[in-house]
This record gives sequence, C-alpha cells and structure tokens, in this order.
Amino acid sequence: MRTELAVVPTARTSSANRAPERRGVRGRTTLTILGALTAAVVAVFLFTDLTGNTAFILERRLTTVATMVVVATAIAICTVLFHAITGNQILTPSVMGFDSLFVLLQTVAAITIGVRWMTATGPVLGFAIETAVMLVVTLPAARWLLLGGRRSIEVVVLIGVVAGGLFRSVGMFLQRIMDPTQFIVLQDRFFARFTGTEPALIATGAVVVALGVVWVVRHHAALDVMALGVPVATTLGVDHRRLSTAALTVVIVLVSTSTALVGPTTFLGLLVAHLAYRAAGTHRHAVTVPAATLVAVITLVGGQLVLERVLGFSGSLSIVVEFAGGLVFLLLFLRRGAR
Amino acid sequence: MISVQHVTTSYGRTVVVDDVSLTIADGGVTALVGPNGAGKSTLLKVIARLLQADAGVVTVADLDVARTAPEVLARRLAVLAQDTQVPVRLTVRDLVTFGRFPHTRGRPTAEDHALVEEAMAHLDITDLADRYLDEISGGQRQRAFIAMVFAQDTDHLLLDEPLNNLDMRHGAQLMQIVRDAADRRGTSIVLVVHDINAASVFADHIIALKDGRVVTQGPPQEVMVEDVLESVFDVPVRVVEVDGYRHAIHLSGRLARPRTG
Ligand SMILES: Nc1ncnc2c1ncn2[C@@H]1O[C@H](COP(=O)(O)OP(=O)(O)OP(=O)(O)O)[C@@H](O)[C@H]1O
Ligand SMILES: [Mg+2]
Repeated sequence: MRTELAVVPTARTSSANRAPERRGVRGRTTLTILGALTAAVVAVFLFTDLTGNTAFILERRLTTVATMVVVATAIAICTVLFHAITGNQILTPSVMGFDSLFVLLQTVAAITIGVRWMTATGPVLGFAIETAVMLVVTLPAARWLLLGGRRSIEVVVLIGVVAGGLFRSVGMFLQRIMDPTQFIVLQDRFFARFTGTEPALIATGAVVVALGVVWVVRHHAALDVMALGVPVATTLGVDHRRLSTAALTVVIVLVSTSTALVGPTTFLGLLVAHLAYRAAGTHRHAVTVPAATLVAVITLVGGQLVLERVLGFSGSLSIVVEFAGGLVFLLLFLRRGAR
Repeated sequence: MISVQHVTTSYGRTVVVDDVSLTIADGGVTALVGPNGAGKSTLLKVIARLLQADAGVVTVADLDVARTAPEVLARRLAVLAQDTQVPVRLTVRDLVTFGRFPHTRGRPTAEDHALVEEAMAHLDITDLADRYLDEISGGQRQRAFIAMVFAQDTDHLLLDEPLNNLDMRHGAQLMQIVRDAADRRGTSIVLVVHDINAASVFADHIIALKDGRVVTQGPPQEVMVEDVLESVFDVPVRVVEVDGYRHAIHLSGRLARPRTG
C-alpha cells in the first residue's frame, strides 16, 4: 500500500532525519530544569532550619512534603486531562465545582451516617465511600455537560460557577445547623490545609494517585489525539467518547483524593497547568503532565517554605496560591474576550 | 470500495440525506457536487463515521463503519472535514505527524518521520513546518490539514472542499496529487468540489446531490450537460468544450445585468 507519493515539484528533499531529534528536546530540557528545581526546593524545605528535636521535625516535614507531592500530582493530572477533554484551557474541575461537591458529600455523610461512625471506621473507608458516591453523582452530570453537545465555554463556566456556589452554600448551611462537636471534627476538611493530614489517608492517596499516573502513562499518546477534538480524533482512530469518559473518571477520583487530603483548592490547578504549558511549549501529555506536577510541587513546597520560614506566617498558603491562581483565571478569561 | 446503502440522515426533523445509495469503485476520483446545503458534507460525515445515520449502512473496504473499531478504520480511511479546527496550539509538523498515529499509536519511527516530511513537501509547506497553525494563512492551514490526511497513507480518502482557500497553483498541485494517488496507488478518493469545471477535468466520476438525493451520476461527459447542470444548480448554463474537456459557463451574471441595446 505504501508506494511513494512522487509527483509535483518536490520542494527540496527535506529535514527528515533532523526533525525527530529537535522535537522533544525542549520538553526534555524543561522537565530536567523543573526536576532540579523541585529537588532543590524540597531539600531546602526538609533540611534547613533544623533545630531542636530533629527527628520529630523531619518527620513532620516529610509528612507535609508527601501530602504536597500526592496532591500536586493529583491536581496536575486532573487539570491537564480536563483541558484535553473539554478542548479549552480555562475550565478546571475545581472551577466547575467538583471540589465543593465533594465537601458537600462529606458534610452530608457526616450528618446522615454520623461523625462517630466515620471516626470509628477510619478515614480510609470513609474516603472510599465518598469517592464512590462522588463518581456516581458526578460522572453522568459531567458527561452530559461536557460531552453532550456543543455548548459554549461561557455557558459551561456559568453552570460550573453556579453549581459550585450552590454546593458551597448548601454545604455551609448544613455545617451551620450541624451539631458543634461534629462540626469541629469536620472543620479541617472545609479549608485547604497542607499540614497535619492523617498518614493512613496520605498512603491511600498515594496509591490512588499512582494508579492515575499509570493510566496517564499508558494513554498519553491517545490523549494527545483526543485533545484535537471529536472530528479529528475520530478520523485518527481514537474513540473520543470512550477515552474522555475514562479520563473523566480518573479526574473525578483524583479530585476526590486531593480534596480528601487537603480540602478544596479552586485555582491551584489552573495556575500550575498554565505555568507548565508556558514552560513546556508543547501539547504533548508526556511533557505537560509531569511538568504541571513538578510546577505544583514547587509552588506548594516553595510557597510553604517562604510563608513559614521567610515571612513567619503559618497556615495561609492556600490563600496565597488561590489568589495567584485566581488572577491567572481572570487574565485568561479577559484575554479570551479580547480576541 | 465504498458502499452507501439506503442512508438517511436528519438534523432534528429535517431530513438532510434522503435514502441515498451509492457505490464508489476502488482506485478513482469521485467528485461530489451540488448546491449549498445539498447534503454533501453530511453524507461525507456519515461515511467518515463522524455522524450517525438514522438508517442505512455504509461500508468502506467491506468494513461497516458504524461497527468497526475506530483504530482499524483509521488505517483504511482518512478524512478532511470542511472547516477543520483543532483546539490545541500545534505546529504544522506536529499536526502532520498526527497523520501517522493510526499506524504508530504515538511512537513514530524514522520511516514515519520521513513520510511526514514527504507529505509536507508535496503540499509545499516544508518551509512552514515549525510555524504554529494559528500563525499561517488560511490556504496554508488547509494544505497542512491535507498533508496530515495524506500522511495517514490510507487506501480511501474523503476530502470535503479541499480546494477551499487554495490559489490557482496550489489548487492545480493538489489536483495532481489527488490524481496521482488514484492512478499510481489505487487510492479511492471522494471529494466535494464547487468548481464543477475542476470536477469535469480531473474526476473519473461525478455525483450530483440536491436536497439530500442523488439527482444524477456518471462520467463527466454525461453529467456535464446543460439540462442536467441547470436542473442541479437552478441556473442557466452553457457547456463548451476546450481541449476535449467540458466546461460549464454559468450565465446568471449576465441575467443580473440590465439588458442594453
Ligand atoms: N449541525 C447542523 N445542525 C442542523 N442543520 C445542519 C447542520 N449541519 C448542516 N445542516 C443542514 O443540513 C443541510 C445540509 O448541510 P451540508 O453541510 O451537508 O450541505 P453541503 O452540501 O455540504 O453544503 P455546502 O456546499 O454549503 O458545504 C443544510 O440545509 C444545513 O443547513
Ligand atoms: Mg459542505
């Protein structure tokens, strides 16, 4: 079947052997630099300012770094996949209110099942049940909204913002009428906090995120094609509907994981994904997913480092990150409007 | 071979392709012509499995397009849709390399890269290889998409208005590439063209569609007839022969002018 296409003035026989090497080079360079930066930031975070009970401090810091790495990976994968599924780079699962819904589910679970039962069974079983419910609720809705037909981004954003607001308000209402002792147990979950997460939950999160990583590694090339949109992906032999449903499943599970670990983060994903796209200069998921992950680790660990040890604050990292991410969101939205 | 049997397609309640049956033999150029809204793109999309028909069966190389695994079909059938856009920022070379995906599943070899470079050379876009798609002209972009389709290297090709946006030279080049693929490689090519004279000169077979039905089909000599063309396009035409090829000249411009003298 493969005979030559020869005819037509063959415009200078081209750079066939030069091309493959040049491709990929920038991606690899970016990943190397980001990797080195990540290692440096983590090392500084772990090993500087070690006074007093070294073993205790190190253990606490390691727990924080572990939480941040797991959450960074989850959020990076979610955001980049979501961009590929929806064919635009403004939406993220958090902007669409996925995190708020998960918090609402946690609240409802606490009220109906009871905090005592939840604490008795341990955080892992609770997480598993909440994630399963989250999948059952969100997957059909997200498929309808995102894969159903051609809706304009503006409408989808609007629906997402309204839904997110609704979930938050209902959640807050329920928290208000809740028994105060229950509220105290749950309180940690309503605001993003990167320190003091339960080790068993971190381990579970790490396993789930590792499965997500394996899925992305196995499908990265098909994801590149999926991101070209339904018509082109179909003609190139990728079942867009099937792959994007699978990707959405991964997204929902990972959103649940990161929310269960540290609470809702609205704009962190957007921030790190766009920094990664800028740095990587490519559409390829083999580069963008790891790049976004590394940027997220740098942002979280580096941000914590600066806040905690340079500025001497504690606990307000999520506010700073959200502020920066929110600015990115506004800029992207405005730039779209200007075009 | 492409076979379309009793295909009906509608958008909502409007039937757009109405019980169409066609057979397109292997190794030739078939031109699909007809007025705007006749259903040409819709029919092509059904063949390309981009749209599901309400009724009927389409087979390409004996594969039922509605049932065959997408990755299998992608190695037999390549498609250029009308107004293709991709939501990702890509260079021309990246785009054309995607044409190899059905064969490589994302691991292009040196041979694949060579095919990509060759397809770009044929479409005269080697110079643009590293430019981004949103930073080149409409005709250049069209050629990039056509290069991707050719890089897919399939034995069946569907091209919806490939001549769109192309200047005279690149239009002629494209027709030559299409002709060559049909003649030397035995590729079956179906394309939608509005330039009926181009169809007359380089197609082996012309199918005229109107209001979702096939109104006439045959070799160019049979379709390029004044009555036939007038009934398809609803404009008065005159057919003249130049160097043995039939050309239609439509007279509506003349009708629009006030009669003088
Ligand atoms: N997505 C859609 N939704 C509703 N109606 C549509 C859609 N796409 C096409 N149509 C209608 O279907 C009919 C056939 O459209 P189609 O695109 O197949 O025409 P065409 O022959 O390719 O025309 P053109 O020469 O303008 O490309 C038209 O009346 C058109 O208005
Ligand atoms: Mg059309």
